[in-house]
Amino acid sequence: MPKSLSSGAGQQPHDHLLHRLHDLQSRFLHIPPLEIAPLATELDLPVSQVESVIDFYSFFHRSPRGRFDILFSNCTSCGGLTLMQQLCGLLGVQPGVTRADGMVSIDQTSCVGMCDQGAAVLVNGRTLVRLTAAQLPHLAQLVNTATPLDEWPADWFAVQDNIRHAGLLLNDTLSAGDGLRAAVQAGADQLLAEIRQASLRGRGGAGFPTAMKWQFCRDATAPEHYVVCNADEGEPGTFKDRVLLHSYAQQVFEGMALCAYVIKAQHGFLYLRGEYRYLVPSLEATLDAMRTANLLGENILNQPGFNFDISIVLGAGAYICGEESALLESLEQKRGVPRVRPPFPVTHGYLGQPTVVDNVETLVAAVHIAVHGGEWFRAHGTAQSAGSKVFSVSGDCTAPGIYEYPFGISVQDLLEACGGQDAQAVQIGGPSGTLIGRAEFGRKLAFEDLATGGSIMIYSAQRDLLAVVRNFTHFFAHESCGFCTPCRVGTPLLRKYLDKIASGHGTVYDREEMARLGKLVKRRSHCGLGQTAANPLLDLLAKFPQVYAERLLHQDYEPFFNLDAALTTTRELTHRDDAEAHLS
Amino acid sequence: MSKIRIATTSLAGCFGCHMSFLDMDERLVGLLEYVEFDRSPLTDIKHCQPCDIGLVEGGLCNAENVHVLREFRQQCKILIAVGACAINGGVPAMRNHYTVQECLEEAYLNGVGVDNPMIPSDPELPLLLSKVHPLHEVVRVDYYLPGCPPSGDAFFTILSDLLAGKEPSLPKAMLHYD
Amino acid sequence: MSNTLFIDGQEIPFAPGQTIMDASLEAGIYIPHLCHKPGLTPHGSCKLCTVEVDGRSVSACTLPAAAGMKVDNNTPALQEVRKTLVQMLFVEGNHLCPTCSKTGDCTLQALGYHFGMLDGHFPPFYPRREVDASHPDLVLDRDRCVLCELCVRASREQDGKNVFAISGRGASAHIIVNTSSGKLGDSDLTLDDAAAHICPVGAILPKNHGCEVPFGRRTFDLHSVAESDVAHVGLQKTEHHDE
Repeated sequence: MPKSLSSGAGQQPHDHLLHRLHDLQSRFLHIPPLEIAPLATELDLPVSQVESVIDFYSFFHRSPRGRFDILFSNCTSCGGLTLMQQLCGLLGVQPGVTRADGMVSIDQTSCVGMCDQGAAVLVNGRTLVRLTAAQLPHLAQLVNTATPLDEWPADWFAVQDNIRHAGLLLNDTLSAGDGLRAAVQAGADQLLAEIRQASLRGRGGAGFPTAMKWQFCRDATAPEHYVVCNADEGEPGTFKDRVLLHSYAQQVFEGMALCAYVIKAQHGFLYLRGEYRYLVPSLEATLDAMRTANLLGENILNQPGFNFDISIVLGAGAYICGEESALLESLEQKRGVPRVRPPFPVTHGYLGQPTVVDNVETLVAAVHIAVHGGEWFRAHGTAQSAGSKVFSVSGDCTAPGIYEYPFGISVQDLLEACGGQDAQAVQIGGPSGTLIGRAEFGRKLAFEDLATGGSIMIYSAQRDLLAVVRNFTHFFAHESCGFCTPCRVGTPLLRKYLDKIASGHGTVYDREEMARLGKLVKRRSHCGLGQTAANPLLDLLAKFPQVYAERLLHQDYEPFFNLDAALTTTRELTHRDDAEAHLS
Repeated sequence: MSKIRIATTSLAGCFGCHMSFLDMDERLVGLLEYVEFDRSPLTDIKHCQPCDIGLVEGGLCNAENVHVLREFRQQCKILIAVGACAINGGVPAMRNHYTVQECLEEAYLNGVGVDNPMIPSDPELPLLLSKVHPLHEVVRVDYYLPGCPPSGDAFFTILSDLLAGKEPSLPKAMLHYD
Repeated sequence: MSNTLFIDGQEIPFAPGQTIMDASLEAGIYIPHLCHKPGLTPHGSCKLCTVEVDGRSVSACTLPAAAGMKVDNNTPALQEVRKTLVQMLFVEGNHLCPTCSKTGDCTLQALGYHFGMLDGHFPPFYPRREVDASHPDLVLDRDRCVLCELCVRASREQDGKNVFAISGRGASAHIIVNTSSGKLGDSDLTLDDAAAHICPVGAILPKNHGCEVPFGRRTFDLHSVAESDVAHVGLQKTEHHDE
């Protein structure tokens, strides 16, 4: 745990619960039961709140993990579950079960945002990329010899930006403070006017007009206002924020300061997904440099009363925290459960105060608009989607990586740019987005057609699309927060139907039931997670019906479980293996 | 006109549904004008011939239950899950709170008053499934008659509807799960 | 503009700040609900009060009423959705009515009756959940918990305590007790707390009581759930488990 995390920028009244739990997890390889009550007392929280947070976030454990805790991404782009099985074999462990000597544990985790350089794993929270089968014996040896991570080959941990095509934002070389200087010169009203003129819309995928969000927040009367940067980039296949936070962090934080200037906030938070923990030292260094340059802190750029600083809060493995109100709950040291809306965060956000929650890329765009003006930005893109979009391109293409293009580029053009022309299907916007086949490759990437937070996952003809959709469906069931009935119960049921069909035991009836349930989960769930969880399996049904049809049994009904396997235990206990001890 | 053939059985149940079936009392006499019983505890016929209606009480706790249920599904045009156990496992499903190993060890090895502790392995004894299951997890079920047990009135209503060639429906007052 | 909205075409008044549910219950119109109880902060998690406003699916218990709002409530499609949600709640937990002393007084069960639910339809989860019998007067049987958080809210908002919380995530979400041991017996919950009685199912039950009123003569054997919580009807659940 980098020390800077716990010390922070001093804006939290006390250390953040998530950080303290990260700390305990690192020190003891789990959260020791005896540490929980004292921690609750120290942080002045109910013990039930600490308990509930421990069990909510994937990166906290009740029983000790290995000294080397190795988590393989299970994403269709940066995943490596075959490698995981191989490493398990080499190290003599079962997935999820810590080796008897306590040295190592191996498990899977949701997408770690390294889709352009998989296979990717987290080793004790550090990101290891481009892992191949050839490396596994060496890795196993390093584990077995208890070699500290700092002595592992450095290039294993070298995350690359892979910017393949830079556009409006990524090509533009701004100096630190350019945006803030332009803003304070023009004034907050003018800055807001430029953002409005630019028609900037949120880059997380929903596309809410940024100026309107800032205006609502600014207009809300309250003792405090807050800016939150949503860097919980958890949508499988998305990694553009990782690159922005690595190579454009100054602009991200400056964008937050611009927002603070408009809404009169004094505090900001960067909520960073736990998987990006390796970025924390460089982000803290950027914050320090900005404080030194008077771009953060008190009287920023000598503007009396322009006080603003930023703390980093590190998540702990929960996709749902990318939903803005769940993120705020997490910031408030609680389980990441989406709130009831209205009221919206712009009026009732962090600690009930007016809060702007913006995507990383949105804030970067705001800096460029502050410098170049709204007209400049508006001149790019389409009628309803001004400016450019930074796409995270991964999967079956020759050059996965970051592609920035003006909004309105067709899927086909993007596929040609990245060498993915052989695709049979593309998942636009990650699992929560849209699956399209070749017939739709002419469609445009823009809010008015295919809206996306930037994830473009490419699947060649060799891919089994049912396996892809099954992966996504498992992902949603794993990440459901459990708040509302349709999602909490529906996503595991959808997983069950899909597993049945994928294993060749599904019938037409099962497919119909799955679709019926899928539509209910989509229509009736509380938040975006549930409302999109059935998209992959419904899209596959609508656009690639043969993928299901090929797997279905042509019979009336098939049991939901393996009857013979259900007798295994009693066969063993009774030492029987006669004909009556089996069910076909 | 040939009579409607009905088969009945109790799987992992308590025969309470059958007792309730008999609560149709004198209406049974009238019913017998139109129906005859195939396999049933009431007839002691051991295997089903093709039937029109199968009434299955109880859930699935062992391999034999599965065989019997499959026979009913195969032979009966209409299969009705009768009672709480057939519909969601009911009282026997309380054992799902434990593993089947824990259940057998408690019953045959560690329980109070166990003599000569050993888990029986006689091939005559059906093997227990790891969990107790409702019928609809293993076969297609056409109709459900809930209750623990369903009342004699409820039996009469569903059978009357079916005999009249109607889609059976249960008045709200007869709908209960206990 | 007058403060009225329309539920299935029926015009009813509402006061500023009221939700669709508040206004409906006050007007004597039943919108099915499980996690809602007048007087407690609305929660919006069970989704049984799902209604449609301009074709959009919303929770009646949390959405503020607005003038002229047209709400679809008692439609065949919504009743079917709600029945499916009840079935989902049944298969998620271990709801074995004949074994539960709450039977006949259970709102989940009554909702099943209301929607004409005959079976759980989906494959049951049969979760293995912990039973906590450590409290001298009350038992916490998590098998039956539907995660409505009524006890969580009643304890905080009405009892001025903080006995319960929800822990975990997704299908593993479960209720916990706010004590170091996690045991109900170590909490300050007492038999006369609102949280001790508010459970709509059989997850929190008083000990040493159960069959004073026989099956078949209990609340929802005699009344429809639609009568409950509707203003001026004031349905009292059978008090057989109180001294």
